[in-house]
Amino acid sequence: MTKMLTAALVAVTTGLMASVAMAETVRVGVAAEPYPPFTSPDAAGNWVGWEIDFMNAVCAEAKLECVVTPVAWDGIIPALTENKIDAIMSSMSITEERMKTIDFSNKYYNTPAAVAASKGSGITATPEGLAGKIIGVQVSTIHADYAAKYFAPTAAEVKIYQTQDEANQDLAAGRVDALLADSLTLDAFVKSESGAACCELVGNVADDPAILGLGVGVGLRKGDPLKDKFNAAIEAVRASGKYDEITKAYFAFDIYGK
Amino acid sequence: MNAMLTREFWQPHRIGLAVTAVVLVAWMAVSLRWDWLPKYGPLLIEGVWVTIWMLVVSCVLGMLLALPIGLVQVTGPWWLAAPARMFCTLIRGTPLLLQVWLLYYGLGSLFAAWPEIRQSWAWPYLRTAWPYGVVALTISFAAYEAEVMRGAFAGVPKGELEAARAYGMSPFTAFRRIWLPRALHRALPTLSGETVVQLKSTPLVATITVIDAYAVISRVRQDTFLTYEPLLFLALIYMILAGVLVFMFSKLEALVPVKGA
Amino acid sequence: MIDWLVNLADWHLLALEPPGWGGLLLQGLATSIEIAAGGYLLGFLIGIGGAAGKLYGGPVTRDLLEVYTTLVRAIPELVLILLLYYAGSGLLNRIVTGFGGEPVEISALAAGIFVIGVVQGAYQTEVLRGAFKAVPFGQIEAARAYGMTGLQVLRRITLPAMLPHAIPGLANLWLIATKDTALLAVVGFTELTLATRQAAGTTKAYMMFFLAAGFLYLMVTLVSNIIIGYAERRTRRGIPEVSA
Repeated sequence: MTKMLTAALVAVTTGLMASVAMAETVRVGVAAEPYPPFTSPDAAGNWVGWEIDFMNAVCAEAKLECVVTPVAWDGIIPALTENKIDAIMSSMSITEERMKTIDFSNKYYNTPAAVAASKGSGITATPEGLAGKIIGVQVSTIHADYAAKYFAPTAAEVKIYQTQDEANQDLAAGRVDALLADSLTLDAFVKSESGAACCELVGNVADDPAILGLGVGVGLRKGDPLKDKFNAAIEAVRASGKYDEITKAYFAFDIYGK
Repeated sequence: MNAMLTREFWQPHRIGLAVTAVVLVAWMAVSLRWDWLPKYGPLLIEGVWVTIWMLVVSCVLGMLLALPIGLVQVTGPWWLAAPARMFCTLIRGTPLLLQVWLLYYGLGSLFAAWPEIRQSWAWPYLRTAWPYGVVALTISFAAYEAEVMRGAFAGVPKGELEAARAYGMSPFTAFRRIWLPRALHRALPTLSGETVVQLKSTPLVATITVIDAYAVISRVRQDTFLTYEPLLFLALIYMILAGVLVFMFSKLEALVPVKGA
Repeated sequence: MIDWLVNLADWHLLALEPPGWGGLLLQGLATSIEIAAGGYLLGFLIGIGGAAGKLYGGPVTRDLLEVYTTLVRAIPELVLILLLYYAGSGLLNRIVTGFGGEPVEISALAAGIFVIGVVQGAYQTEVLRGAFKAVPFGQIEAARAYGMTGLQVLRRITLPAMLPHAIPGLANLWLIATKDTALLAVVGFTELTLATRQAAGTTKAYMMFFLAAGFLYLMVTLVSNIIIGYAERRTRRGIPEVSA
């Protein structure tokens, strides 16, 4: 009995201690869900995608040892402020609202928001085209805010999902009529096996910079000096042509935006 | 409840603890942010209503299922007892969260593959999330409560049933008049705890887009970027709900005579 | 319809080596068991302390423990996990820095163990309290009369004597601990349930992966039941069968 208790104590304390050691590493939080083609887990348990490749390039440039740390998307900002992670690189758009709580690096990609719907549904990416329909969005995204402002008044319902992947699944299952999300991730979905069978992109929504933000940046704690390091490294990766090289492996066009 | 009013309860150290608690609550009320409450109040009331509704429906349906499942394990033929036993093991052996997801994302998306179902009258219901939540919660409650009922049915003294027979009651009458009421009586003390456990399971349906109290608080967390305040408030809501449940069951138990139990 | 039946039986997705996801699921299972075991042991330590405090502690200790067990039993595990997961480490760091220390980085694993431990602790306190009370007081008095210290009495008499009474309750709590780890999926901790959802989301074979995970959880329960049955028989040896 005593041995068991000691073992338990040792296990708990070493668990706490082991984590104290590494200080120079940067824990980069990504949403713990498949979000292709930017961040998704593979069968070996590694994280892959454009954003992971880009992160590796930026961290190599800034001489930071970055460790991908999956956390729940709906708790990713608390995870940052409570020091569970040091940076967010999870396709998080730079918005006024978020900047009240955290800092952002300069943007590293910017793509429009788009609507996907069942094939032949006749839905368009406008408030009129979505009137009376059930629209799916991911929680705590610019798309959820956009849907709440432009589509909620006339739509039947705006359904909020914890992950984009669940929203995609429900569009395929016919439980929502349309999705509003980032155009690239929706594009990847309608080209996937289950997406191609059911759904198509019906167009981008009208821009509203106040809601749709200024592109995707690295989320950081307020006043963290990492911000300058990330900004310099993003600049360098873009200048060296590394950015285009990574992008070409995933997309047929430039995703940096204007 | 009455204990609170007695002199015995208010020993000196309890006054100290109560003062500490009041100071703590006052500090929370003053120094934490609660300005979101008025804005989300109406939504929150709706959410709490959904929580209560889910709880009541799943407990009532679950109990109705639990009675036959528990009974056949005590008295049924093996071809009824074995599946009942297996049902309990399966449900009690796996996490409810997994069951909820299996039903909604697994089974629910299979329905969509059948055009017959998609065109049927049931589709408008199958499209929504709450039926899956209710079914998952009901099945879970049924499995746990069936285990209780099995024990309760088995625990009714044989002599009472034999006496009923000797009175010339048919097996069904004996069941209705003696066995079932006595078993329910025996199960009653555990029902309060089981219902609170069920209440604590209801927030899992928020993960499949049912807007219960937990889901509303999640939304507050997203909109305000506050970490603690919404969760603390949610904890308070569940504490009140649990308290009301326990109080109601204690009243119910007081109504039922306990002689010879 | 045939389409999804074929999809349902897409067994190569469960292969242990990538591109199969079986290896990842087993890894998730190992993490789940690790957290359940760690949390359970931590809960046991809290439970022993809590039960002793409730039975032999001063009035303040007793009341505070009552508040702890009541709170944990009234608030949903999901809410507690969220609160403790974010607040736990933040609070610890505020205390540590308050005493002039460096901020401590708490690994997700340690946080998970802590969260499950706190929840388990409340329930184990109640189970162990009941078991402690079942030990005849005369035995403890006799041990005192032999000149044993309090700790010696606990180790030599009380713990061994109360264990048979505690085992059914403790066993049930172990099964609850293994299932409660699934809730950590909601805070983004990659244990079995989240690993399953990631695999299901990537491959779209939801039904198959959820059934596979259910099978793994069930195996944990069944294997646990066998061990528990053995432990019950062992600890009950030499104790007269008392009709319940």
